[in-house]
Amino acid sequence: MEAGGTRLPLPFWAGGPAPGELYSLTCPSAAGPGLESHAGGGGPLTRPSENPMVTGTSVLGVKFDGGVVIAADMLGSYGSLARFRNISRIMKVNDNTVLGASGDYADFQYLKQVIDQMIIDEELLGDGHSYSPKAIHSWLTRAMYSRRSKMNPLWNTVVIGGFYNGESFLGYVDMLGVAYEDPTLATGYGAYLAQPLMREVLEKKPILTKDEARDLIERCMKILYYRDARSFNRYELAIVTEKGVEVEGPLSVETNWDIAHLIRGFE
Amino acid sequence: MAVEFDGGVVVGSDSRVSAGEAVVNRVFDKLAPLHERIYCALSGSAADAQAIADMVHYQLELHSLDMDEAPLVLAAASLVKGVSYKYKEELSAHLMVAGWDRKKGGQVYGTLGGMLTRHPFAIGGSGSSYIYGYVDAAYKPRMTPEECRQFTKNAIALAMSRDGSSGGVIYLVTITKSGAVEQVFLGDEIPKFYDE
Repeated sequence: MEAGGTRLPLPFWAGGPAPGELYSLTCPSAAGPGLESHAGGGGPLTRPSENPMVTGTSVLGVKFDGGVVIAADMLGSYGSLARFRNISRIMKVNDNTVLGASGDYADFQYLKQVIDQMIIDEELLGDGHSYSPKAIHSWLTRAMYSRRSKMNPLWNTVVIGGFYNGESFLGYVDMLGVAYEDPTLATGYGAYLAQPLMREVLEKKPILTKDEARDLIERCMKILYYRDARSFNRYELAIVTEKGVEVEGPLSVETNWDIAHLIRGFE
Repeated sequence: MAVEFDGGVVVGSDSRVSAGEAVVNRVFDKLAPLHERIYCALSGSAADAQAIADMVHYQLELHSLDMDEAPLVLAAASLVKGVSYKYKEELSAHLMVAGWDRKKGGQVYGTLGGMLTRHPFAIGGSGSSYIYGYVDAAYKPRMTPEECRQFTKNAIALAMSRDGSSGGVIYLVTITKSGAVEQVFLGDEIPKFYDE
């Protein structure tokens, strides 16, 4: 055990906090491609964690027999204002992977740009290989964690769904780099409202058909539209099977407000 | 929102009560009767608004028994103003008072911050920020009751579509000499506008 001193950080930790040393929030090294962040001008101008501006709410994901389905509404909120009501928060990564993001929309667009370029570069290699959903998930986990370690996160929670080599994949990564896989996933408010519903259905029937998965998602989107004050009744659905990726939208949920007729005053 | 017409008023509201991002009640009736022909529209803190409405409802009932006649809308508005002003620092609610009485017919009063002001029409609540332009452009003096209802529904629908803290159904009350008629508009009955 050394007593502090001028131990240089190992390359893996380059650009991040040096153990035992005082860590300043200026990002010293701007090396590396991809998701590495850079200080605006350096010096006293630090680049701390941002505040999200235009944000997306929940993303839902469910595995079924032969694929996965992901859903996200088409709203970009500016605080409580429903500012952009027709934006897509789902992206097709390649023929066997889709990605849905909640959180800051600008960060999602940046992520999309980076991933799209990665896919192009890989295509250019011409070796017949394509990124598996697991690979994308793993890469994204490292990338998001790296950004958070530089105190400059991509303010998103991402759901990655795919179907590769006969197996469904559904993974979650958030802005802290927390990552896991599960047969059902939900970000944001969906985690509180939709996840219990989804888990209840899967407990009774662990393997769903495509239509059952779809119905479950629709039910959850309806509940979210009722109970999430930052949701909107227009959403997209992305279904990945061995046949490829199908993005459906815009769809709307059927709402039922009949109970309003039973209300008179508040007493 | 409340709009005055010759012979009465139309009062309307949405039905969402939220706690941050959670919708706690999606069918809450924000139009509370203070008396037979006087309603108030609640906004802000639900608890504070209900407390004020309950207090004024009681005070008005007593007042109308004392006077042995229907209370004036101005009386109801003054009572609301009294409470809102006295407890200005503690309360976080805005009640709009509207109704019909024998003396002045249809009237709309705002009590924001403990003031008392009369208006041909008034809007309030978080969603109102987004419709100031619309109501200023669409309002015409001397509208018929049906036009007032449509104006109110349109304005509230637009606000519901943009404000995260507004939504659900539209409750409408039309108050005239003959009494108060309550209506609810849900789903497809709510006016639709550009929403992309």
